[in-house]
Amino acid sequence: MDPVTADAIERHEYDVVVIGAGGAGLRAAIEAHALGAKTAIVCKSLLGKAHTVMAEGGIAAALGNVWPEDSWKVHFRDTMRGGKLLNNWRMAQLHAQEAPDRVLELEDWGALFDRTKDGLILQRDFGGHRYARLAHVGDRTGLEMIRTLQDHAVANGIDVFMECTLRHLLSDGRQITGAIGYWRQSGKLIAFGAKAVVLATGGVGKAWKVTSNSWEYTGDGIAMALEAGADLIDMEMTQFHPTAMVWPLSVRGILVTEGVRGDGGTLKNSKGDRFMFKYIPEFFRADTADTEREADAWYEDKKNNRRTPDLLPRDEVARAINSEVKAGRGTEHGGVFLDIASRRPADYIRRRLPSMYHQFKELADVDITKEAMEVGPTLHYIMGGIRVDADTAAATVPGLYAAGEVAAGMHGANRLGGNSLSDLLVFGKRAGQAAAEYSRRTAAPRADDGQLSAYAQRFAAPFERGGGENPYAIHAELQETMQELVGIIRRRDELEEALARLERLRARAARAEVKGSRVYNPGWHLALDLENLIAVSEAVARSALVREESRGGHTREDFPKPDPVWGTKNVVTRKRDGKLTLTTEPIPPIPGELRALIGEDKPGDKAPTDAQPAVVGGKE
Amino acid sequence: MTTETVAREVRMKVWRGDASGGEFVEFAVPSDPGMVVLDVVHRIQATHAPDLAVRWNCKAGKCGSCSAEVNGHPKLMCMTRMNEFAPGEEIAVSPVKTFPVIKDLVTDVSFNYEKAKTVPPFKPKPKDPDGKRRMYQEDVERVQEFHKCIECFLCQDVCHVIRDHEENKQSFSGPRFFVRLAALEMHPLDTNERIDLIRAKHGLGFCNITKCCTEVCPEDIHITDNAIIPLKERVVTAHYDPIAWALRRMRGKKTEFAPPEAKPPSA
Ligand SMILES: Cc1cc2nc3c(=O)[nH]c(=O)nc-3n(C[C@H](O)[C@H](O)[C@H](O)COP(=O)(O)OP(=O)(O)OC[C@H]3O[C@@H](n4cnc5c(N)ncnc54)[C@H](O)[C@@H]3O)c2cc1C
Ligand code: SF4
Ligand code: SF4
Ligand code: FES
Repeated sequence: MDPVTADAIERHEYDVVVIGAGGAGLRAAIEAHALGAKTAIVCKSLLGKAHTVMAEGGIAAALGNVWPEDSWKVHFRDTMRGGKLLNNWRMAQLHAQEAPDRVLELEDWGALFDRTKDGLILQRDFGGHRYARLAHVGDRTGLEMIRTLQDHAVANGIDVFMECTLRHLLSDGRQITGAIGYWRQSGKLIAFGAKAVVLATGGVGKAWKVTSNSWEYTGDGIAMALEAGADLIDMEMTQFHPTAMVWPLSVRGILVTEGVRGDGGTLKNSKGDRFMFKYIPEFFRADTADTEREADAWYEDKKNNRRTPDLLPRDEVARAINSEVKAGRGTEHGGVFLDIASRRPADYIRRRLPSMYHQFKELADVDITKEAMEVGPTLHYIMGGIRVDADTAAATVPGLYAAGEVAAGMHGANRLGGNSLSDLLVFGKRAGQAAAEYSRRTAAPRADDGQLSAYAQRFAAPFERGGGENPYAIHAELQETMQELVGIIRRRDELEEALARLERLRARAARAEVKGSRVYNPGWHLALDLENLIAVSEAVARSALVREESRGGHTREDFPKPDPVWGTKNVVTRKRDGKLTLTTEPIPPIPGELRALIGEDKPGDKAPTDAQPAVVGGKE
Repeated sequence: MTTETVAREVRMKVWRGDASGGEFVEFAVPSDPGMVVLDVVHRIQATHAPDLAVRWNCKAGKCGSCSAEVNGHPKLMCMTRMNEFAPGEEIAVSPVKTFPVIKDLVTDVSFNYEKAKTVPPFKPKPKDPDGKRRMYQEDVERVQEFHKCIECFLCQDVCHVIRDHEENKQSFSGPRFFVRLAALEMHPLDTNERIDLIRAKHGLGFCNITKCCTEVCPEDIHITDNAIIPLKERVVTAHYDPIAWALRRMRGKKTEFAPPEAKPPSA
């Protein structure tokens, strides 16, 4: 490879550069552009293929179309309880208050949600939400959302750089001044000078072996922010969705919607027992049915019966499945059974769960109207990430903003289904606005050619250094490590072992060798991504070691209970002098009047209205 | 489980090359039960050809990234099971033909993103007096069928108007955009005017209703029957019937479409 000098790098200047074209990035760019900032969107895949496209179940927003008694206050309460009160209360408040407007705005831009009988947006029930709250389009809500935003952004003439990976943030030591990366198609380097950068790059699921996430989820935004000196919080908070396909091997990890259970499906072990009744935690006991009869009756009569334990929050169900399998009561392929076939008529199942029906039939040769599915947990989401200011989405480094899955605080220790899509819209808009306003107060940055040349060397290194390590093999080992040692249940000795292995993997990644040219070379891309994957994995493992309690998405076998003292602390990760430093800091205390909302909890007082869904279906 | 249960070795030919040319290269890798074509391609990448270029994201038929031709048929690689092929049957994977090759299985699909910029956007009518927007499920359903499009561009790949005629690309947008235009035109709230453009700029007239696009659509959108034919009817009416045209102007054009056909959009 020829050395690339700084003046050979393609250059662009913008007020605001948004990295990421999922829901959060698109919404941020639309806002920044609308406020007059010269705005660019940059994404690794083609436009419209970001993770957001895969979301199924819906967008949570207290529109009150099906249950008029719903309000932002109840949504706030559900979100905080679901997050085990580790949430940034201000984010949860803004989210609950603004989500309805953000959903209606999508409708103004052409989105077509399913309707109620009287022509309004239909809302669906989901785990942890007291009222039916998820605006949806059958089981392809994410597709509707991303296409609406994408078309709106294109119609507004926002510049899009697709199949372009940004890898390092540029900085003048005080503030962010841009970013550098490469075009995937040509391999040529490209640098953006920017007054403000919005990170909307999503999560880091590809560090685990069994995951519902795509190749894009290598933690780039989190790693870039860390490198640039920004704070991360609660990196130990990872969400394992309880139900994903486990067999055949090639589809292991692909999501099976919560809607299967919402529509009557139940979990069983290999002995045929509905084991969830054994796993009802104290915190939810008053809300949860304790007999099969009551649980089954709940589907029809929510007034006189409590919710089935099959629909406990995701962290509870994932742990229960894990325990059953460990105790030897799992299925042949290491999962449990999810049975809707014996409980609902075939045509009902096909009508309510069309894509699950299709997915199992096409990919597993299983007819879910006739047989039980085999399911097990999959790494699905990360609640932790970049620390942001609730109102402006500003990270702790000037000029840097973060929104969507890459940011932290909103979901606390566990995210409720449907609360991500709404999060993207609410905080995407806020990030775009704050970045545009900041860019107005900031002078155009000057490019630092020395900095650019140094990064150019790093991009070239995998072609030049030799070393003989196969990046795909290193990635596979990383995934084994995180899966085995930083999984659903964690322990001090295993986390320490994970950190030791991560050190060895880091050394090997530095010897990852790449063949071929720079043109669309996935081996090269992976070699570069490995650094991010390992850096973020280390932050997760270290944070998991620090938090000596079990809460939400973080379970320590050696500290199996939630600890009220830990419940008031964020675990903060920073990089200083090339090393991670971890501290704990108090979470901002919840003001009295909001605390009262959370406390006001009368389970089982949910009364049906006569609003009837005009169409049915259901899932995330 | 009715799938094969023993691992076997599979051979697959993958087209390798770039804009200057290329050839099929045969690889042999172990196959696990349940594998799809994309899994085999990934295994080849991990063990034999680390620089093998391929696009994918969701691995579940939801994002439309992994389009290719498998034995000449336009397919999503992530939804094409290996057990569709008899043991020993030749499997050859090549990039979609209608778009220029960048490398291996990756093509330059920027044609589609450029066309997208020329579509007159959604322009909603005002809200109801109470600030809400009301639409009924029956009215949104036919448009929801079009919104299922995952932009895999397989319909574009198979459409003969552009597959073998580079020169038509300038004046023809292809079935994906007829679906898009139909979605906008039939949207219950839309007020924008596009009909003249559909004929003049997007080249609807080139389509001679061969239905090849409908056959390959992985989302089962009835592209020809539900999008193209109604659009053609509208273009004809608008063009030859000045009275209908004037009426449409006065009434708002949405009344122009025939009621949805008997054939329901598939779920
Ligand atoms: C199968 C599935 C179903 C789900 N269903 C639901 C649901 O029903 N409801 C719900 O609320 N949530 C759901 N979720 C979660 C939700 O979809 C995601 O959390 C959310 O879409 C993330 O959006 P985002 O905008 O933060 O990032 P994404 O949509 O993932 O977008 C990230 C963007 O960043 C870009 N990017 C990343 N790194 C770089 C880089 N280095 N350089 C340039 N660009 C980069 C990517 O190309 C991409 O464009 C689901 C998730 C999955 C996997
Ligand atoms: S029906 Fe029309 S658009 Fe579809 S493939 Fe045939 S010619 Fe092309
Ligand atoms: S209409 Fe069908 S075939 Fe064409 S791009 Fe959309 S999903 Fe693909
Ligand atoms: S990878 Fe998304 S459709 Fe195949």
